Amino acid sequence: MTIDWTALGQVFGVTLVVTVGIVGLFTVGIVGASRKPAQEGAAVAVAAPGAGARTGAVAAFALCAVAVAYGIYLIVAA
Amino acid sequence: MEHITLLIGIVIVTALVFDFTNGFHDTANAMATTISTGALRPKTAVAMSAVLNLVGAFLSVEVAKTISGGIIDEGAGIRPEVIFAGLVGAIVWNLLTWLAGLPSSSSHALFGGLIGATLVSVGTHGVHGEAVVMKVLIPAVAAPFVAGLAAMAATRLTYRLTRNRDETDTAKGYRAGQIASAALVSLAHGTNDAQKTMGVITLALITGGVVAPHADPPLWVIASAGLAIALGTYLGGWRIIRTMGKGITDIQPPQGFAAQTGAAATILASSHLGFALSTTQVCSGAVMGSGLGRKGGVVRWSTAGRMVAAWGLTLPAAGAVAAGAAFLAGQGDWGVAAVAVLGLGICGAIWAASRRKPIDHTNVNEGPAAEPAGVVTAALRSVSPPPAGQPAPASDTPDTTGVPAQPTAPDAEVPAEPAGPDATPTPAPRAKAATVTR
Repeated sequence: MTIDWTALGQVFGVTLVVTVGIVGLFTVGIVGASRKPAQEGAAVAVAAPGAGARTGAVAAFALCAVAVAYGIYLIVAA
Repeated sequence: MEHITLLIGIVIVTALVFDFTNGFHDTANAMATTISTGALRPKTAVAMSAVLNLVGAFLSVEVAKTISGGIIDEGAGIRPEVIFAGLVGAIVWNLLTWLAGLPSSSSHALFGGLIGATLVSVGTHGVHGEAVVMKVLIPAVAAPFVAGLAAMAATRLTYRLTRNRDETDTAKGYRAGQIASAALVSLAHGTNDAQKTMGVITLALITGGVVAPHADPPLWVIASAGLAIALGTYLGGWRIIRTMGKGITDIQPPQGFAAQTGAAATILASSHLGFALSTTQVCSGAVMGSGLGRKGGVVRWSTAGRMVAAWGLTLPAAGAVAAGAAFLAGQGDWGVAAVAVLGLGICGAIWAASRRKPIDHTNVNEGPAAEPAGVVTAALRSVSPPPAGQPAPASDTPDTTGVPAQPTAPDAEVPAEPAGPDATPTPAPRAKAATVTR
């Protein structure tokens, strides 16, 4: 009996990279789209995200959507 | 259809009942964290999961050719009685673990049932021992580690990236992302698990000569299997959902997103790189990992320990029930009838027991019933207070180290009582045992 360590290692590596990658990407999107916290001592009003941050967020979310679409493709094509 | 004998009819009905319990049992995998973080309302979550399971049942292009993936020798005289007995064992174990609120693998229950029934009515040569190790044991051990570590790393990262952001501001985004991940898990579940039932029914039809060998399952088989799993999913195993969503750890939206995404990635990666991991273990592991990944997050090891014990018992317990059922069913028609009556009786008794303390969509998020801190939890606390990281002096009682470390009260209320004399003096080996259960 032999354990297929290569396959197990592969699964582990891919899972780790994909999970951390997608969660990281999505978090970047959330950070980009959310408001910056008020500076200490500044007014209560918080700054809306800038145009650059917003574009980055949209791009990050779009990449996540692509990943989900690929996931559906994997399920359907299996 | 007029050639279907009574026995095959019984097998088909039993297979559909198993399919129902399968959906019922595994709703938690996809939806427990989604419900506990409030991403979806409980009813909405199970409805969405049910629809995706139904869709998944029809999506699969390739039909399960073997019901057991080579674990039992299906050519070695597997008769409908054997399949029936195996299914009864799997159903009984699924319902028992549901009553206890423990997520255990439905596939393992099915495998265990079929193995037990085969051992009794065919003999040891009907079971491929090596396949059991390769396809059941190793994936079950590896799954929580793979998914848990991935979810833990992802949770760490996401908390780090959003440390300057207001939590209420980001929660909405996480909840939305979590729904997408949960949908992927549901869809994958539908394609995998509904297929198993189709495989069982098709095999029964083949042994009865109703359809030709190697035939694809008829449309009514696909439709009924899909409907059974969807109905089970919709009714929801709320007990298990509560355990996974609230019992193992307290899940915040970022953790729920990380756990669910980790689970989806693990399931898809493993099934497409040829090392299939069990969904239940993947999802539970991911939830535990996300609990460990958050600063101040705590995993309730007593709950986790019971869950792991249930995983270990699934194969032998379902096998034992099925072995008894196979022995009885082998006695002839009255034996089959007796198994059916007994099975129905046990299911009814379990259902009646569940009504004494019902858990449904209205109270699923109420958190775990205050359980005394288990030995493992207490010992772990006495050794390693989670956030601080400095080793606790050996003289410390679990009480003093535990309370400041745990913001969650329920098990901190009774810390010293069960720890008693046996947990405090030997902290090191206990801690090791606790790590292993992960």
